[in-house]
Amino acid sequence: MTRVYVPKDSTAVSLGADEVAAAFAQQGIEVIRTGSRGLFWLEPLVEVDTPAGRCGYGPVGAADVGGLIAAGMSDGGAHPLAIGLVEEHPYLKSQQRLTFRHIGIIDPASLTDYLAHGGYAGLRNALSMTGAAIVQAVADSGLRGRGGAAFPTGIKWKTVLDQPVTQKYVTCNADEGDSGTFADRLVMEGDPFTLIEGMTIAGVAVGATQGFIYCRVEYPESIAALRTAIAAAKSAGYLGESVCGSGKRFELDVRVAAGAYICGEETSMLQSLEGKRGEVRVRPPLPAIEGLFGKPTIVNNVMSLAAVPLILEKGPTYYRDFGMGRSRGTIALQLAGNLKRGGLVERAFGVTLREILYDYGGGSASGRPIKAVQVGGPLGAYLPESQFDTPLDYEAFAAVGALVGHGGIVAFDDTADMAALARYAFEFCAYESCGKCTPCRIGSTRGAHVIDNLLAGHEPERQKVLLGELCETLIHGSLCGLGGMTPFPVQSAMKHFPHEFEPRSQH
Amino acid sequence: MTSVEPTAESQAVAAAIARHGHEPGPLIVVLHAVQDALGYIPEQAVRQIADGLNLSRAEVFGVVTFYHYFRTHKPGARTVQICRAEACQARGCQSLERHAREKLGIDYHETTADGSTSLEMVFCMGNCATGPAVRIDGRLYSHVTPERFDALLAHQENAL
Repeated sequence: MTRVYVPKDSTAVSLGADEVAAAFAQQGIEVIRTGSRGLFWLEPLVEVDTPAGRCGYGPVGAADVGGLIAAGMSDGGAHPLAIGLVEEHPYLKSQQRLTFRHIGIIDPASLTDYLAHGGYAGLRNALSMTGAAIVQAVADSGLRGRGGAAFPTGIKWKTVLDQPVTQKYVTCNADEGDSGTFADRLVMEGDPFTLIEGMTIAGVAVGATQGFIYCRVEYPESIAALRTAIAAAKSAGYLGESVCGSGKRFELDVRVAAGAYICGEETSMLQSLEGKRGEVRVRPPLPAIEGLFGKPTIVNNVMSLAAVPLILEKGPTYYRDFGMGRSRGTIALQLAGNLKRGGLVERAFGVTLREILYDYGGGSASGRPIKAVQVGGPLGAYLPESQFDTPLDYEAFAAVGALVGHGGIVAFDDTADMAALARYAFEFCAYESCGKCTPCRIGSTRGAHVIDNLLAGHEPERQKVLLGELCETLIHGSLCGLGGMTPFPVQSAMKHFPHEFEPRSQH
Repeated sequence: MTSVEPTAESQAVAAAIARHGHEPGPLIVVLHAVQDALGYIPEQAVRQIADGLNLSRAEVFGVVTFYHYFRTHKPGARTVQICRAEACQARGCQSLERHAREKLGIDYHETTADGSTSLEMVFCMGNCATGPAVRIDGRLYSHVTPERFDALLAHQENAL
C-alpha cells in the first residue's frame, strides 16, 4: 500500500486525525490530507484507493493503524472498522452532492488536484460570456441566498452590475456564527478553490476588482486553508491583474472577524470590513448600491458563492432541476446537537425533517426521544415532533412559523429545558446586540428577566402577557434580524411546550 | 508621538501599523496583528494605533471593546475556550461549564491567580455534531466531558 487519505478537517482533527496521519506516515505510507466527507461519527475516516473505488475505515485511532495495514486495507480488506466503498455508504449515496462534490476527495491545498477534478471549468465558461449573461445564468438557476434570507442571488448581482461605477466589491460572508452550522467551514477547509472560483466569477460578472472573505476568528483552520489556496490561485494566474489572461482584474483577501455574532448581518459585516464597530446600518441604501466604502457591493454567503462554479460549468438548468417550488437546487443541511450520526447532508430541497433526523441522523445520540429541533440557528424556531414532516423548503417552513436559515439542525432529547433555552435566546441576543436599536439592546435583557420572574412565580400570568408584548416589540421594532428574530425560538418554545413555562418550585 | 524609549510592546504595535496601515479600513487588521503578537491590546497601544492610523482614541477604544475577541488584559499562559451555543447545550455543555469554572476557580473572561489559565466562552466553533467542543491554545477537542476536560488540562500541564 502506498497511499491513504486522512481528513485534515477540524472536526476530524479534534477526534485525533493528526495522530492517525502521523501513525501512517511512520509506517512509510504516503498520507494525503483531505477535507471531511461530513460523516462525523466515522471520523477520523481513513480512505484507500482500490480498483473498485475508495474504501473507508472509521472511526480510526492511531492504535488501529498497525491492525488495519495487517488486515490488508490497501485491497479493502475486512476489518471491524471497514465501511466498504465510501460512496456506496447509504448516508452519502442518497445525497445529491453538488456544492460538496469535491469535498473529502481532493487535497484542498492542491490547485493541481482541483483542476484534475474539473475545477475552474465554470470560470472558463464565464470568461467567454458577457457580465449580463453570467448574471442571467445565476438568475435562471433559481439560486437564492443560502445565508438565511433566501434573496435571489441573480437579482442582487444584477443590481450591482447595473451601477455605473468603476469601483465595486464582492464580499463573502463567512462569519458562520449560527450554532449547529458548519457547511461554510467544510467548504473553506475542504474545497477553498470552489469558493475562490465562485467569487472570481462574481467579480468578472459585475465588474468588481476586489473581493474580501470575512471569515470567523473561531475558524483558524479555514483562514489558513483559504490563504494557502488564494496564494496558489494567484501565482497560477487565476487571481490578480489579469484573471486567466482575460485582462480582467480580480484580487482577493481574507479578513478575519473578531467574535461578534452581529457581523453575520450584512451591513454590520460591511462596517466591520471597514474597520469599524459592527453596528447595523439602516437600509436603504442597499449594499448592492452603496456597500463597502460606499461602493456597489455583492454580499453573499459562502454556500451561495460556492454553488456558482457548477452553475456556470453545467448551465443553470442543471442546477434548477433539483428542488421544489421556489426553492431550487440543493441545500446543505447540518445535523448537529444530540444526534447519533451528525454530519453534512446535501440534498435537493423537499426532504422532510423526519427523514433527516431519523434516516440520516439515526435518532438521538443519547438514545432518548427527540423532543425538539431548532432549525436555522439561534434565531430559528423550535419545532416539536408534530412538525417533523415539514419538508425543507423556504416557503413550507415559513408556513409553520419557522425558518430554514443556513440549514443548521440542532436536535434535543427529552431532557431539554425549553424555558431555559428560551431564556438563553434572550441572553445570547443581549450579549451579541450591537446596541444601536432599543428593542434589541434593552428588550433582550428584559426578556431574560421576565422569564426569570415567570418561572419564580411572580405574577406569572402577567409575565406571560408581558413576554408576548415584548416579543412583538422586538419583531416589529428592531433594525435587523438579531432583535427581530430572537422572539422566534422564544415564541415557538412557549407555543409548543406551554407546560414548561409555569412557575417552578425553588431549589 | 511621544519620545519615550520604545518598548517591546510599542515596537510590536509600530510593526503592525507599518505592515497593515496602508490597507483599506485597516483598524481591525492592525488590532489582530497586535493581539497576535502580544496576546492582548494594551492600553498604551490604543493611543499609538490612533496616532498611527489618524483616528481618535475614542474610535479605536470603541472598536476594541465592541468585539468579544479583543482582550484588554494580558491573558494567562494558556487559553481555554468553551462553546456555549445550542448544539453543545444539546450535548450537555452546561455541566462542563460548571465543572470548568469550579475546577479553575474563575469565571469567563478571567485568568487564574497564578497566571496559568484564562477561560473564555465562545458561541460556536463549527464543531456542532461532536460536542461539547473546547479549544485549548488553538487545538480543538470533541466530546469533552468533565472527566475529559480534567485529563486534557493535566495532559497539557505535563506537556509544558
